[in-house]
Amino acid sequence: MIHYFIGDLGHLFVIISFVTSLVAAFAYWKSRTITDVNVKQAWINNARIAFYAHTFAVVGVFVSLFVIIYSHYFEYHYAYSHSSRHLPAHYMVSCFWEGQEGSFLLWIFWQALIGIVIIHTQKNWEAPVMVVFALVQAFLASMILGIVIPFADLKIGSSPFILLRDALDDPIFKMQPNFVPADGSGLNPLLQNYWMVIHPPTLFLGFALTIVPFAFCIAGLWEKKYAEWIKPALPWTLLGGAVLGLGILMGGYWAYETLNFGGYWNWDPVENAVYVPWLILIASIHTMIVYKNNQTALKTSIILVISVFILILYSTFLTRSGILGDASVHSFTDLGLSGQLLIYLLFFTLVSIVLAAVRWKEIPSSEKEVSTYSREFWIFLGATTLCLMGFQVIIPTSIPVYNSIVGLFGGTSNLAPPADQIAFYSKFQLWFGVAVALLSGTGQFFWYNKIDKSKLKKELLTPVLISLIVFALIISIARVSEPSYVILTLAGVYIIVSNLKVLKSVIKVNPALSGGALSHIGIGLSLLGIMFSAGYSKVVSLNNTGMLISTELSTEFNRDNLLLFINEPRNMAGYDIEFLGERFEAKNKTGYIKKNDVELTTDPYQVVAKRDIIYRDKKLYAAKDTIEIYPENTYYEIELRKGDKVEAILFPRVQINEAMGGFIASPDINRGVTKDLYTHVSAPMNREAEVEWSDLEEVRVKAGEQFFVNDYVAVLEDVLRIDQIQGVTLNNDDVAVQARISVKGERDTYYADPIFLIRGKTQVGRISSEINDLGVKITLLNIHPETNEFSLGLNARQKDWVIIKAMEKPYINLLWVGTGILMVGFTIAMVRRFKTA
Amino acid sequence: MKKSHILAIVVIAAAIGIIIATAGDASTYVNFNQAYKMAEAGNKTSIHVVGQLKKDDNGHVIGLDNAPDNLSFSFILVDDNNREQKVFYNEPMPPDFTRSENVVVIGGYQGDNFVASKILLKCPSKYQEQSVNAGI
Repeated sequence: MIHYFIGDLGHLFVIISFVTSLVAAFAYWKSRTITDVNVKQAWINNARIAFYAHTFAVVGVFVSLFVIIYSHYFEYHYAYSHSSRHLPAHYMVSCFWEGQEGSFLLWIFWQALIGIVIIHTQKNWEAPVMVVFALVQAFLASMILGIVIPFADLKIGSSPFILLRDALDDPIFKMQPNFVPADGSGLNPLLQNYWMVIHPPTLFLGFALTIVPFAFCIAGLWEKKYAEWIKPALPWTLLGGAVLGLGILMGGYWAYETLNFGGYWNWDPVENAVYVPWLILIASIHTMIVYKNNQTALKTSIILVISVFILILYSTFLTRSGILGDASVHSFTDLGLSGQLLIYLLFFTLVSIVLAAVRWKEIPSSEKEVSTYSREFWIFLGATTLCLMGFQVIIPTSIPVYNSIVGLFGGTSNLAPPADQIAFYSKFQLWFGVAVALLSGTGQFFWYNKIDKSKLKKELLTPVLISLIVFALIISIARVSEPSYVILTLAGVYIIVSNLKVLKSVIKVNPALSGGALSHIGIGLSLLGIMFSAGYSKVVSLNNTGMLISTELSTEFNRDNLLLFINEPRNMAGYDIEFLGERFEAKNKTGYIKKNDVELTTDPYQVVAKRDIIYRDKKLYAAKDTIEIYPENTYYEIELRKGDKVEAILFPRVQINEAMGGFIASPDINRGVTKDLYTHVSAPMNREAEVEWSDLEEVRVKAGEQFFVNDYVAVLEDVLRIDQIQGVTLNNDDVAVQARISVKGERDTYYADPIFLIRGKTQVGRISSEINDLGVKITLLNIHPETNEFSLGLNARQKDWVIIKAMEKPYINLLWVGTGILMVGFTIAMVRRFKTA
Repeated sequence: MKKSHILAIVVIAAAIGIIIATAGDASTYVNFNQAYKMAEAGNKTSIHVVGQLKKDDNGHVIGLDNAPDNLSFSFILVDDNNREQKVFYNEPMPPDFTRSENVVVIGGYQGDNFVASKILLKCPSKYQEQSVNAGI
């Protein structure tokens, strides 16, 4: 059955949200042109009602789409292509924003909420600011409008409420128009991670917040209140900087935990496209502060604030138009919206440039020469460096755009982004990092007191000396030798030490002023963390056996990876490392289940416990319980020991996804104070491949008798008649018996239960039982009632194995601590500015 | 000269420097013939080649060769000039590989073999996907 109502309702809400945003924009605009106070107020009231209706409709779209996903209405394309029945509820939230439409919706939603806050807090600015808001909302809503203009054959927007049969041209819909697939095609397994539940909302809140300073700036230019807009805009800009920064960081952290390239930042165009606006946003915060204190840098602030918003639109265009298709690993696919996105980008670019140009002459600017000993000079230098830092990233990231433009004029350009992105960007960004650290380390001294040459020397002497001592200690202890890293370390230490000094004196005066110093300390710590964890990341899973893993593999692979056989300890990075077997993850309980302890059923998502399932001394399930699992995920239990003490148990994951092909490995990280040990599977055993078993060995044993299988001690415990066999229908005259054999492995006792079936007194069937961990297969070959003996067939194979790669990431915690402090600093500064705004 | 002018000159110089450095480090999109000639001429820089996987009449990918342990694989890429080339990749096959519309390989020739150090996939938009493949 197709649930038409909810989709139609959702689509109606989309249309309402589009129309109401236009109405709100018009009414707010109209209110500005009217001088009669009462009529003016009437227009404002109308506009407010329209904006509230808009917000309500946006919430309606949100709810409708969520109902479709949550209720598994796979007749809808969005639910079908992003979700599935086995997806846990919290990841249904992630499928909401896996698609472009959902992420647009998220952006619209945040912006609507911010708009409501503005309406209630900014009486003086409401009308002009909200014109900008409502216009942006209209553009965004048009992206998910999904209507076709009849005569022009023009599609506007891509609706998330489109039915599967309209989205796909599958022959089945010709035969059965009401066909509804039983299950969806599921969420990309890499996105099934808690960071992917919170990273997109944070990032899009950051996106949404950049509109606030932009709208105030445009309103200021429009209303000719050239300077007044900065005061209300500044705290919002700080909030935007914090949230956008946090969103970017969460993305990096997700990559560190989930992907296996061994880092948190890949300099992919999609990452760059949001890093650049953030840098410019930070620069604009600095120039706005300069203006508030000294009435200079107003024009620069206007340019920067406009640039941030335009860059956000540009980044949206880059990631969603498909233009990066040949340059990025993870841009969205083209939804046919590139034209609309381009209009969106060009509209706001042109409007703001024209408006700024018309007003340019009237904007007050200070003609006085800035002194080298003024804080403005240093902050201005810092902001300039940040802009150049962003410029260096956006120029190569835009290469596909240049090619398109050249193509538009009939030429061909075959320029491609640098082949080794990480090396290319790092070598430039490192020096910008050094410059930022040196400038802000020094600039802070001008912040709170007027200083001349001699006083500066006095002020700087102590921090410079302390920095040099700390720096010398660090590079000798951590053995930093690469010249560029040595300089980065010095700059990083300097910014921390000098800002600590400033922090000390500021806290005495007024702790509310400490935001700046704290943020800069955070930046310094992050720089050091990035330098150590990326620059001194070291492969520790070195193959020290003197034997190649496989001659078919590259020398590099043979050198950097460790082959672990089950229950055979090896040495790695000072640990005894041992692979203990493959595990499933329980769906409804926290814990891992040994694959040997469960029996598969015909439903891949369910297994039956063969024995009590114990995890970390806790009984998770009793024998015979049915357990829900995720069949595509296998965890490899790996124990790290020092002597007899277990230091860590790691569970790196491998996802085998039939539909997608190949395997995806996600690391598990053993976190330490000074370093992380980052381990991922580089090659799992291929169970599909032909297994080579040894020749069958036959033993005759009585119940309770011991025998050896593959050098393990085994006992035939008992043989019982059974009435049911999974996957086989038993007739009345069938006789089935099952043997229960215990095998003592290195760490555990395993059970094998082969089955012997006599059908119609003549036919014989045998179902072998395999103990994966031990690499043995036992078959009940025959029953000898005359001697009470049983014939068992024994086969052995190579033991289970896994190949892993492990890396040490030294001092990566400095990065996380640094970014934490940065966020605290932002918050303190923001609270202070909100209070005074 | 005012300080702001000096600063402006420095900024412009830096910007020009950045553009020149980018142009110098940028790679190029070429076809296999050009790539081969570059390698013959001793040019070892990594280049980008865009192409499609070789498919039979039924749309199945052919020429895919997976190493026994799934740790590396090779495939046949057809570039825009319809030249077929076997490409070696020393990593496991990326997910979605066989479904990709366009494949970009970054690397270069080593002898007659093209060895890719990185692969980018352009997967079909969900809207162009022409069949329902789950749950039937």
